[in-house]
Amino acid sequence: MYEPVVKGAAYILAHTPNMAFEYGTTQYVERQKDPQSKYLMQFGDHLRTYEQVMNYAPFQAYIGNIHPDQLTAIDRPWYEGDKVEGKRYGKYGEIVPEDEFYAWLQLVDAFELVWLEEEFLTELKPRLEASPMLTAEDIKTIGGGRSLKEIQKRVEEKTAAPLMLKDRLVGCVRRAHELDSTLTAHVIAENTASKASGVLALRYLLKNTGVDPREIDYIIECSEEACGDMNQRGGGNLAKAIGEHAGCAGATGSDTRAFCAGPAHAMVLAAALVKAGMFSNVAVVAGGSTAKLGMNGKDHIKKGMPILEDVVGGFAVLISENDGHNPIIRTDSLGKHDIGTGSSPQAVMQALVTNPLDRLGLTMEDVDKYSVEMQVAEITEPAGAGDVPTANYRMIAALGVMKKQLERSAIPDFVARHGMPGFAPTQGHIPSGVPFVGHARDLILAGQMQRAMIIGKGSLFLARMTNLFDGISFLMEPNPGRTDDQAIDEGAVKKLIADALRQVALDLAQSED
Amino acid sequence: MDLENQARIKELGEEHGAENLVVVLGAADADCAELAAETVTVGDPTYAGPLTGVQLELPVYHVMEPDIKDQVDEGVYEEQVAMMEMVVEVEALIDAVKGVREQHSKL
Repeated sequence: MYEPVVKGAAYILAHTPNMAFEYGTTQYVERQKDPQSKYLMQFGDHLRTYEQVMNYAPFQAYIGNIHPDQLTAIDRPWYEGDKVEGKRYGKYGEIVPEDEFYAWLQLVDAFELVWLEEEFLTELKPRLEASPMLTAEDIKTIGGGRSLKEIQKRVEEKTAAPLMLKDRLVGCVRRAHELDSTLTAHVIAENTASKASGVLALRYLLKNTGVDPREIDYIIECSEEACGDMNQRGGGNLAKAIGEHAGCAGATGSDTRAFCAGPAHAMVLAAALVKAGMFSNVAVVAGGSTAKLGMNGKDHIKKGMPILEDVVGGFAVLISENDGHNPIIRTDSLGKHDIGTGSSPQAVMQALVTNPLDRLGLTMEDVDKYSVEMQVAEITEPAGAGDVPTANYRMIAALGVMKKQLERSAIPDFVARHGMPGFAPTQGHIPSGVPFVGHARDLILAGQMQRAMIIGKGSLFLARMTNLFDGISFLMEPNPGRTDDQAIDEGAVKKLIADALRQVALDLAQSED
Repeated sequence: MDLENQARIKELGEEHGAENLVVVLGAADADCAELAAETVTVGDPTYAGPLTGVQLELPVYHVMEPDIKDQVDEGVYEEQVAMMEMVVEVEALIDAVKGVREQHSKL
């Protein structure tokens, strides 16, 4: 079977505590109701420093410096004290500080809507020059900045939203239209942050894989942002906007939306495009969400915790034609939540987990690890949402009991062996199945894993268009190598081309005669 | 509890009268179940939604309580809820909702 492969993955985070205050919807809505509210007054006292975020164990797993399973050996709460020696750079990407992320916003801004202050940029320049992801050309594009006076004026007249570093105004994002509610300063900031984090992830993907950017044929962007104007609110196309800043001059692309399930859908589509032979290298990419920053902030503060939703996430995965080496995506292993499936947890898990395994003659034990909704438990628990990954694993195990593949008493053991602690930020689409793709690829390549199931799930009711649930899943497995069938196929194709060329040459010779 | 759901329950209460309503919760977490039960009895304890300060005192149950479970077709329950009984802490959920009901529901 000639299956597409996962050629590489990249994962990045941007620490954005000040953007959390300005652009997180929980804080934004609170400010609309009462700008002097107690919650907003307390917010700043609960923010983490960059170093604390870097030393946060789950995020070190996200960028690839530790395996998610290692988290089980680290005492919780993970946010208390430095439980690991964090590094800015990891195997898959990095954790960018907020001031540098502001420079990325300016870099990817195509309409002079992001203005950074000149002194701030002068101070920042040596660090930008040291960044392995920014070229001299990029730094030239970022430019010298604007005067504080100009920026202050725009912010005060409310035609721009501020970019702050604590109490210091270091820039602004201007509105792109006077009346269009889809092009307000707030929306432009949201979309530019998503684009910038997507660009960083895609650049890391190219670096990690060593693939020439011009070899990328197609990009699927799968975040949850709608970019457009009032006549086409979700018009897109963030995929091309991101690819433009990663040197992917030979690629086209489009956006796929499916709430949190977006990345899993996008990977399935990418695999299909490659398997169909339409494209050789399809990049799946998503930046993060500023709207979700501080989403559970009220509960975190109530419990005396730091605001743990203080990072924007991003990821990119490269799906390529079979190279005989990288782990494959089994295109016959899809689990899908159909329109008629129903939305009880049981129906959903059956559609996504047991139906595809039954079809392939596999049992639940045959999958080494299931990657579900991988958000960090201590972020969601204070808000009453519980430990989401563990709840998912218990559901999978309970389904195993109902199908008589497991004893009820074996549920905790199944959860421990086939699950892992959540290690991704609560950025909607970012934690959904896809955070483990990089780890799974590495473990399969190292011969330490035979099979991983990637499961994306999404809640569609939020858009008020349907009450349906959504989800899609697929298996990753070791590459079986090039098969004989494949060799024969290629030989036949070569012969066919040679024959055709000979015929063309003959026709040309005859027409000259 | 979700603000939209609060609004719907409030509307249903106004339309049919509180004496004709029973709320059946499906929450998977005891704290969430307790909050939801409080919301439909003494009002939204988070002071965020339409039921803030509205004391509907509705009878509230969790779907896994025997009073409700016994009234559901066995096959339907098996298909829709049985798996979750192995996932959640049933006793804690029932205790949380029952506690609020016995104290605040007009039965």
